[in-house]
Amino acid sequence: MSAADADRRLRAVEAFNTAYARVLDDGDLTVWPNFFTEEARYVVTARENWDRGLPAGLIYCEGRAMMADRAFAILNTAMYAPRYLRHFITNTWVGTQADGGAFEAGANYLLTQVLVDEPNARVHQVGRYIDVFVESEAGLQLCSRHCVYDDALIDNALILPV
Amino acid sequence: MTAFSNRYQWPDAGLFEIPDWVYTDPEIYDREVERIFHGPTWNYVALEAEIPNPGDFQRSFVGPTPVVVTRDGEDEINVFLNRCGHRASEFCREQRGNAKLLICPYHQWSYDLKGNLVGVPFRRGLAGRGGLARDFDMAAHSPRRLAVTRRGGVVFASFDADAPPLESYLGPVMTAEFDATFDGRPLELHGYYRNTVPGNWKLYHENLKDPYHATLLHSFLVTFGLFVAGNRSAMLADESGLHGAIASAKRASTDHVSEEAKGEMRAFHEDFALQAPEIMEFVDEFDSEWSVTMQTIWPNLIVQREMNTLGIRQIVPRGPHEFAMHWTMFGYAGDDEAMRRHRLRQGNLMGPAGFLGMEDNEAIKFVQDGMKRSRPGHHAVALEPELEAGATDCVISEAAIRAMYRGWREIMGLAS
Repeated sequence: MSAADADRRLRAVEAFNTAYARVLDDGDLTVWPNFFTEEARYVVTARENWDRGLPAGLIYCEGRAMMADRAFAILNTAMYAPRYLRHFITNTWVGTQADGGAFEAGANYLLTQVLVDEPNARVHQVGRYIDVFVESEAGLQLCSRHCVYDDALIDNALILPV
Repeated sequence: MTAFSNRYQWPDAGLFEIPDWVYTDPEIYDREVERIFHGPTWNYVALEAEIPNPGDFQRSFVGPTPVVVTRDGEDEINVFLNRCGHRASEFCREQRGNAKLLICPYHQWSYDLKGNLVGVPFRRGLAGRGGLARDFDMAAHSPRRLAVTRRGGVVFASFDADAPPLESYLGPVMTAEFDATFDGRPLELHGYYRNTVPGNWKLYHENLKDPYHATLLHSFLVTFGLFVAGNRSAMLADESGLHGAIASAKRASTDHVSEEAKGEMRAFHEDFALQAPEIMEFVDEFDSEWSVTMQTIWPNLIVQREMNTLGIRQIVPRGPHEFAMHWTMFGYAGDDEAMRRHRLRQGNLMGPAGFLGMEDNEAIKFVQDGMKRSRPGHHAVALEPELEAGATDCVISEAAIRAMYRGWREIMGLAS
């Protein structure tokens, strides 16, 4: 892959992650599954599990249908205090596998949370995305995203996807 | 009456009202650590599957107190304080590992896998000067060792060498329920969740002795028909009232739900359906009449058997206002790929991001917030007044919470 193609791919992934964060931070959660392929894997897990190859996820979705169910539950059935979350995604990298197929990528993320009865945002989670993207006619889609967080203890609850 | 029980007066309504100081007072908390977690109780510390080989060790906790759990060369499991006999440093820093000796990094005092102090650098000093006294007692400077018992691959520890055998500690009903999950099949580790909950540690027990909340807080269960008022269910408890299990049996359809029950449950929607409904499937693999049980084993363990998603929850209190929850998720070593994935998918119900788990954590925070900010006061555990305290097959009940506080007051020296 030429340097120019790699750079184009990097910018495409950065644009993808910006759009992804906008949906989770300020947008319509029901749109979130559309960032994934039909059969995609989406897992949020502790670094402790990832490093040892343990499969459990705090969130563990096999396929877009499970993600849609999660979005539905958060919007319609789940009870939680009001909050705002915001993603900061940096240090993006892309693999240089040939055009047309799947390719690996990743980024660091920092997720802050504001609870309405506390004055400031607190760091809610710090970690990295470990991704596999495919390019389709509709643009980039994730066929897997593992959100591997470094935090030792989750602060009470993780309500929204990462 | 002692000075202590004079200072902590229970409301006149007896077990039907609980005062805030039970959950907020530092002196009460200190007494809980001393009398409960460091008392004649059995505290969960590890699964044997986490330390399968000789030399394996793992950090854990008994109450708030850090311990090390090891498997030694004789296949014995040992639990001792993670506190160096020299300068008190919490010497074992790795979450887990394998070693012949555990060495404190500060001055290299070393301990064998049974927790015996076996090495002190420069014990005899240097060039005939310094070092330790000839009669320095190595054994007296080893970390405190705890009593250990195991059942079905689960390891418990106690500060009290005279703690009763686990089976009589649990009683027959609780032992049978425990054995339904730990039935002798070797366990396969799936991973960990770890979170804090900004509430008193007992609120977690109470939440699982409160069948009333299940269909009211957990709309997901009701919306998707897993547990609705009218399902066969029970609130089990042992004689002490300290252990318990909230149990229910899944039904294939919701046809049996009365119109009265539907009206009371705001979340009941017969027309909602999951796009991936397999998350709610139950593969009947247990010798039990219940498809769901959440067992609370006093004082620090919850055994989760939520259909086929299985987990340990270990409570680690961090003062009166907060505890950490360590979840160890597992399946059985014989699971095929399909069963393993079924358990992992079903895991979305529980944990700090689980459809039900997140709600429990939020509700407990709200209760602690209420007690911290609007005080002082006491609150009601008044449901099912016809039964003062104990096990019940009535869902609209708080009798099991009252049973726990009857036991708790006795241990705390606060019985009225």
